[in-house]
Amino acid sequence: MSNKKNVMVFIESRAGKIAEVSLELLGAARDLAGKLGVQVEAVAIGHDLKNELTVLGHYGCQRVYYINDERLAFFSSVPYAKTVVNTIKAHNPGIVLFGATTMGRDVAPRVASALKCGLTADCTDLKIGEHQIKDKTYKNTLLQIRPAFGGNIIATIVSPESVPSMATVREGVMKMITPNPDAAVEIINEACTIADNDFLTEVLEVINEEKAVNLKAAQIIVSAGMGASDPEAIELARTLAAALCGELGCSRPVVDSGILDKDHQVGQTGITVRPNLYIACGISGQIQHRAGMSEAKRIIAINKDPNAPIFAIAHYGIVGDVKDVLTKMINAYKKA
Amino acid sequence: MGLRMIVTVKQVPDTHNVTGEAMKEDGTVNRAALPTIFNPEDLNALEEALKIKERTGGHVTCISMGPPNAVEVLKECLYRGADDAVLISDRRFAGADTLATSYALKCAIEQAGEYDLILCGRQAIDGDTAQVGPQIAEKLDINQLTCISAVTEIDEESITAKRSVEDGYEIVKSGFPVLLTVTASANEPRSANAKKVMTYKNIGKEICNSSYDESYMAAETCAVISHVKEWNVEAISADPVQCGLSGSPTKVKKIQSVVLTGCESRQIANSETEITNLMNELVSENIIG
Ligand SMILES: Cc1cc2nc3c(=O)[nH]c(=O)nc-3n(C[C@H](O)[C@H](O)[C@H](O)COP(=O)(O)OP(=O)(O)OC[C@H]3O[C@@H](n4cnc5c(N)ncnc54)[C@H](O)[C@@H]3O)c2cc1C
Repeated sequence: MSNKKNVMVFIESRAGKIAEVSLELLGAARDLAGKLGVQVEAVAIGHDLKNELTVLGHYGCQRVYYINDERLAFFSSVPYAKTVVNTIKAHNPGIVLFGATTMGRDVAPRVASALKCGLTADCTDLKIGEHQIKDKTYKNTLLQIRPAFGGNIIATIVSPESVPSMATVREGVMKMITPNPDAAVEIINEACTIADNDFLTEVLEVINEEKAVNLKAAQIIVSAGMGASDPEAIELARTLAAALCGELGCSRPVVDSGILDKDHQVGQTGITVRPNLYIACGISGQIQHRAGMSEAKRIIAINKDPNAPIFAIAHYGIVGDVKDVLTKMINAYKKA
Repeated sequence: MGLRMIVTVKQVPDTHNVTGEAMKEDGTVNRAALPTIFNPEDLNALEEALKIKERTGGHVTCISMGPPNAVEVLKECLYRGADDAVLISDRRFAGADTLATSYALKCAIEQAGEYDLILCGRQAIDGDTAQVGPQIAEKLDINQLTCISAVTEIDEESITAKRSVEDGYEIVKSGFPVLLTVTASANEPRSANAKKVMTYKNIGKEICNSSYDESYMAAETCAVISHVKEWNVEAISADPVQCGLSGSPTKVKKIQSVVLTGCESRQIANSETEITNLMNELVSENIIG
């Protein structure tokens, strides 16, 4: 064990499989740990995960505390949170990162509450920096960066007096590193000390549902905003997406108005995507939307307002009515 | 008897109409500058509580922390059928992050008495953190079921609910007490009842500054409550240091307006020729197939 304040990642697993977001976070943790001169650790909770854990090494994890117990096979808030709290108390990490998944967002706040430490949700960037409170300077503190409130604000949140500093990050926000199959992870088995009467949730059934859309894996996304939300425009966007073998995405108000399902939503509170091509149709380009798509290799923006913020990040800008432009694109592609 | 239920509700700025001017220099939000609404998923939490009350009987107390005019969302709760409403309001609660907020709400819930079920909206649209519910549960040392999209069974012993997860859902069961966070897909919130609006429209607040608030005991026994209770730090026996800004480990270091880093952008005219050229170009670059 090292007494340095390491960076720790909560490893999430469902049905014995490690979640992608956990591997992504290991990459972010490696960058942070590199700047701090500390190590990357992880806490993995579950049952019979041992074989799965070697892959953590490939993604930059040096040491994993593994709490294996039959009772932990299914997720349950109290035992999971208490186990993470115990692990943090035993190993004193300086930073703890969680995926902003239904599990991460269930466990992390309980842990933060128990340890009375800071927690920032849905960070889009993490850095190391310093922070001053009165005449005290905190060096090497975690800068938790997230869009906040309204269209055009980025907030940097710090919790310098809280040890550890904790953050949740959505799936797809951090880039996974290229795995190194030779890098090994040290697996440290720790006993589960949770009493039976803390297992308060009974999981009666787990039902997997195929998603109607898989935006994360899509190489091409045609995305509809409020400017393309009437049925005719949605149909055109869908047609173009189908023609290009892509998927249909959208902005949040399109979901809020019940036009498309939440599975289609791109952005800070939706899905983060990195396709080869993103076609933004009638999307103004507010920060929360851009947070989910600005890493696309190519961006085409279609908007009738030449001053729409989306044009600033688009590689190709077309000023015009969406239906008109989409029709031309569909026709042009059919001919090409 | 039925279940004793608490619903936490929040008045939030309508984030569809937020501008940069809404942020104060210390990084907190100038709420006064914004129109406010009932946080949408808190309405779903309230609706679920009212439905449970209709099924099993019970008592629904709504609690909100906020500035004095947050009494409006509590009245909205009464209009829909809540039995009791409490506003916790005090300058010393201001600037609270999720930890300090959950601490204050936990104190208020304990002050309100015995409970079986606490319902919260999954998240509030001004921060989207989804942290306060689980943090209240931890502070009360009770179980939680988050992201609930349906209550499938409930009786005096236990609750069974559908919990949305990434690749589907789980059916989970818990005894009481338990805290639920409810999502927008759980139900269609009812609108206000006209008769109740008439009854409660003009009721006032009764401010209580001590921790011996007997007025609330009295209210339990009457059919129609006469006021929204207002509790301050002392009334909920909270430690002032753990409230508001001083109880908040997270600080806003910096607020930046976003500078759009311009990429190399090409203007394509909305003409058949230029759009056809663009599509051909993307094909030849293997961006589209
Ligand atoms: C906490 C928080 C989280 C959020 N998370 C997300 C998120 O995950 N994803 C997300 O997308 N948003 C999110 N938002 C909302 C975000 O701030 C914006 O409100 C939203 O992205 C705007 O969607 P839009 O561009 O479709 O609509 P609008 O802003 O209404 O823009 C419509 C655009 O369409 C153009 N237009 C209108 N008619 C036409 C036409 N006929 N032809 C061409 N163009 C036309 C207009 O010029 C305008 O630019 C979040 C907000 C908050 C506060």
